[in-house]
Amino acid sequence: MAILKTGARLKSCVCDGEVMVVSAPDTDIDITCGGTSMADPADASKSGEVNPDHAVGIAIGKRYVSEAGDVELLCVKAGDGGLAVNGALLLQKDTKKLPKTD
Amino acid sequence: MNIMMLLEMAAATFPDRTAFVDGNSGERLSYQALFDNAGQHAKQISAGGYSRVGMLDVSSLATPTGLFAAAWAGAPYVPINYRLTQGEIEALFARITPACVVTDDQRANQFDHVADITTVGRTQFLAQAVSPDATQDQPEAAQEWSMDPEETAVLLFTSGTTGAPKAAVLRQKHLVSYILGSVEFACAEEDEAALVCVPPYHIAGIAAILSSVYSGRRVVQLADFSPERWIELVREEKVSTAFVVPTMLSRIVETLQDQKSADMPHLKSLSYGGGKMPLSVIERAMQLFPDTDFTNAYGLTETSSTVAVLGPDDHRAAAGAEDETLKRRLVSVGTALPGVEIEIRDDEGNTVAPGERGEIYVRGEQVSGEYEGRGPVTDSDGWFPTRDAGSMDAEGYLFLEGRADDVIVRGGENMSPGEIEDVLLEHAAVKDAACVGIPSEQWGEAVAAAVVLKADAKVEATELKEWVKSNMRSSRVPETLEFWKELPYNETGKLLRRVVKEKLSSA
Repeated sequence: MAILKTGARLKSCVCDGEVMVVSAPDTDIDITCGGTSMADPADASKSGEVNPDHAVGIAIGKRYVSEAGDVELLCVKAGDGGLAVNGALLLQKDTKKLPKTD
Repeated sequence: MNIMMLLEMAAATFPDRTAFVDGNSGERLSYQALFDNAGQHAKQISAGGYSRVGMLDVSSLATPTGLFAAAWAGAPYVPINYRLTQGEIEALFARITPACVVTDDQRANQFDHVADITTVGRTQFLAQAVSPDATQDQPEAAQEWSMDPEETAVLLFTSGTTGAPKAAVLRQKHLVSYILGSVEFACAEEDEAALVCVPPYHIAGIAAILSSVYSGRRVVQLADFSPERWIELVREEKVSTAFVVPTMLSRIVETLQDQKSADMPHLKSLSYGGGKMPLSVIERAMQLFPDTDFTNAYGLTETSSTVAVLGPDDHRAAAGAEDETLKRRLVSVGTALPGVEIEIRDDEGNTVAPGERGEIYVRGEQVSGEYEGRGPVTDSDGWFPTRDAGSMDAEGYLFLEGRADDVIVRGGENMSPGEIEDVLLEHAAVKDAACVGIPSEQWGEAVAAAVVLKADAKVEATELKEWVKSNMRSSRVPETLEFWKELPYNETGKLLRRVVKEKLSSA
């Protein structure tokens, strides 16, 4: 459990997945990937397996949001695990196509 | 957050794809090579103890390398206008020490006498040396970049038309928010290319690098704009998208004027911004490029580039419309980007009704509104006063009406020079027009106009004054109206109103 900082990077401990925090509430939350808590990349060490119930995988460049919309993560490295907050799986966010401006 | 993360993602996804092409030399850089070079340079920036990385040069492969290397090392990147005088450049240098500065090769030794500035020529920089004494081939990897969103990514000096240039501060969070809010990762096909012809010290130049990298689009760099070379490069490199300022589009259209169509079938989209686009130019451009999507982008340095866009559908709807409200949208800058809020406020700070004129305020995560040494000028709710004047219609379409400071105050009546210019431009003989307030004993300020006529067109000043009178209130009629060969613009297409004012005031 931790209060997440916007812009911080988190690494999965059970797969190659990495995310950046786009938004998070000011409260203690537990972000997991593949069912195991994610960690600061400097401290993350791989141990254990992806929980089969959390094996939906994450794709680079995709954004994942909690149902309440208060947590949003950007996948910066693909992995086999799925993301969850306090046990509830995050959903992939639909992106709207914008006209090219620059 | 760090813009390096955007490049890391691109390099991991398409390492061998060409990221940048120098349009002059034809040299190319892949995403992986750009990433690796940024890491090499970052180590040297850190080892040299430089607090800033300057770029005093035209666009080249050194531009993205310097931008990303600086972000990796945690040193703000400072692109500087290479057209400034030696004295002006040295004054800016003194504000960024200790720094290493990349220059064109000819200038590499011209700043040796400036304390705490180490210059390196572009060729040498690209050959992997930040300072002339740096050793090459350092085997160990660079340290991880910081993910602190508050770190300063870019310092951009404003053009300083009224006093000393201010250094706008763009933090990692502003630039990354802008990209995440406006670009979908890896959305470009491998054959897509963006032609970038704005200089590196323009916010649109920085935005173009970041959004192209995040979308995986190849960037073709045109260092010195000429309409002929622009057209050539679009054809040679099969460019699919490009950004131009209004004066550039106007020159491109002029160069193509005798042709039925532009014959650039690969050019899927053409966006423009950075100044007011004359209606006649955009209409002609849409005829010449019938299959190209046009987008008008409005943004400022202080807002990390674009905050509002008029998209291709809006362009087509407006161009074919009978309804005046719809038709007028072709000269609007469109609606706010998602995540950006825009309001028009009067002098007392109250939001005005649709259609009414006031100052444009902007709020959003990409909005910095901060200058070095002065802190943010945003209000307590995060709104940034742009000093641009404008109005918004009932559906949120934004119309620009010049700088708030350009308002002409005649006998206590405020008038926008843009309104009068628009009417003048509707006259068949008028190619370009600028209106300013000049000192008047009777009125405080009087309206004065400089008008450029189309080739072979002839018209008397009295006829144009009558034209304004028949279309607007009589207070708008210019008391002074001169015919000029051309209006003064800076190299990025901004009308130099101050120069117009001085010249008309002394007439």
